[in-house]
Amino acid sequence: MRLRRARLWLAVTVLVLVHLAALGADLIAPYDFSAQHREFAFAPPTRLRFFDQEGQWHWRPFVQTQARAGGAGGVAPLRLWVKGSARQVGPWVVETRLFGVEEPARLFLLGTDGFGRDVFSRLLYGARISLLAGLFAAGLSVVLGFVLGTAAGFYGGRVDEILMRFTELFLALPWLYLLFAVRAVLPLELGPIRAFVVFILIVGGIGWARPARLFRGVAVAAKTQEFVLAARGLGASDWHLVTRHVLPQSLGVFWTQFALLVPRFILAEVTLSFLGLGVGEPVPSWGNMLASLRGLQVLVSYGWMLAPAAALLVVVLCYEPLADWLQQRTKAGAA
Amino acid sequence: MNYVLRRLVHGLVLLTAVSVLSFLMAELAPGDFLADLQLRPGVSEETISLLRARYGLEEPLPVRYLHWAKSVFRGEFGFSMVYQTAAGSLLLPRARNTLFLTVTALILAWCTAIPLGVWSAHRPGGIMDRMAAGLSSFLLATPTIVLGLSFLLLAARLDFFPTGGMSSLDFDELGWAARLADLARHLVLPALALALSSFPVIYRHVRAAIGEVVDAPYLRAARGQGVGALRLLFGHALKAAANPLISLFGLSVAGLLSGSLLIEVIMGWPGLGPLLLESILARDAHVVVGAVLLSSVFLIGGNLLADLLLFWMDPRTREVR
Repeated sequence: MRLRRARLWLAVTVLVLVHLAALGADLIAPYDFSAQHREFAFAPPTRLRFFDQEGQWHWRPFVQTQARAGGAGGVAPLRLWVKGSARQVGPWVVETRLFGVEEPARLFLLGTDGFGRDVFSRLLYGARISLLAGLFAAGLSVVLGFVLGTAAGFYGGRVDEILMRFTELFLALPWLYLLFAVRAVLPLELGPIRAFVVFILIVGGIGWARPARLFRGVAVAAKTQEFVLAARGLGASDWHLVTRHVLPQSLGVFWTQFALLVPRFILAEVTLSFLGLGVGEPVPSWGNMLASLRGLQVLVSYGWMLAPAAALLVVVLCYEPLADWLQQRTKAGAA
Repeated sequence: MNYVLRRLVHGLVLLTAVSVLSFLMAELAPGDFLADLQLRPGVSEETISLLRARYGLEEPLPVRYLHWAKSVFRGEFGFSMVYQTAAGSLLLPRARNTLFLTVTALILAWCTAIPLGVWSAHRPGGIMDRMAAGLSSFLLATPTIVLGLSFLLLAARLDFFPTGGMSSLDFDELGWAARLADLARHLVLPALALALSSFPVIYRHVRAAIGEVVDAPYLRAARGQGVGALRLLFGHALKAAANPLISLFGLSVAGLLSGSLLIEVIMGWPGLGPLLLESILARDAHVVVGAVLLSSVFLIGGNLLADLLLFWMDPRTREVR
């Protein structure tokens, strides 16, 4: 039990940190997501060193710059609050970065991709797209699922019949095939922001089917409870009944479904972008960062390009105890 | 028979609805193959309208749907603009390959999940249980993309397994035994990746279902009468817990099909997945609709199979409601 508790806290902490890092990407990332260092294509991760060539220990880590023709390699210490290229963050123009090294040294914590773009920076910027897409899409489906499912369960009759037939239709298709079919309807080439919004609308539009069935069940059970009948008898409006009596009982399902759907939809975003149907270059998403790995040579030779896959694994792994915990809690609440 | 018939009709109705829906989506999509063709400088406005008339794209939507539906019954699945041939001749071999991969993975996943799940439920908290639980947690969280990429990496590193395709170049010249071996070598990694992606869900359900019955009085009675552990677990407990598992069998087909789409694309298995992706990118509408329809045929077929199995196993479902 205590182990479980610890696991939950660890998961929540990691998730919070990951999301903070994603939000703070403008500050934390050493380089812009589209900054190309052409002479450093597929550079392996830069090693942070503490010992120089004489074996002397330095308290400040430094990086070795490559020895090039016409000059010996030097060292550059890692510094906090360095000045980088300016970029627009909301209303402000920010030049400072949390850490970095001075040119001509480069700091590629997770190496670079084929265009010499820093994988670590792209990972942070990509997290924004992938994680937020999952959160928004899950939010939309759960809300839609609640509205439609509760309407179906609460009113019954024709509404119920039609809505449930619809969910059946959606569930009669394998989820990814359905996602692809709907994606195929829309224009193939979209700007990054458009693609992001389209993704959320698509997934929200087809993802409500499963939660809707659960919400329907809650509403059906709720509407025959005695205090609900009593409230109705006293003249309460449908709106009042739904918001004051059905909604509170649905909250457990609401949060559990949300926690279950977020990782699923993050994966959906990654999958679509991976296959070239989602957010496109140069804006990074964890999916399109992985796309180059479909070439066998990249996969075999440049292992650090798998960093988004590892990040994905961590995030999904952390959502699991959260969903578990929510599920247990609602079960305990129901009993 | 009543029950089976009802399920069959239900499946057919659902399939028709899916076909209407997917056809509508494909037809209402903005832009199509011909619109893309128009972008070429050598293609004139007149050519396009001529082609439109020839392909029957000027007809009203219901007529087009009926034409298409008829061609589905002929096994043609409409017309592929890109390959200038019946879409069915592209789709059906691919569908066969997908089915081959999925069924292999399905068997693999169930045949490992059942013994492991039963044993875990038999000795909860034991070393097997804890190991299997850890493994299933990890696998559950491993995205299919990551799984596929790692297996591809494995294939590339090991040098023994091929890194794509379904058969070697000299496949036609091999004897039947060598052909079988060749096929198996191509099949192993994709099937394993796919099976691993669906294993944890099945394992957890098996464990939960057996766990619910394993302490039931009738099983304790059977144990008291000296029925051996193996027979008790696999003969009695598994039978008692079979109902939800059979339903899960139908559902697991859905998960496997979604997973196989990705695994096929990543690992280069010539199934429906790569074809679907290609045809989406090329705006080959009928191929897209056909692939979606076929996937839903498999899914509904899997559910139907589960229903039949349930009908056969559980006399309670045979009573007319």
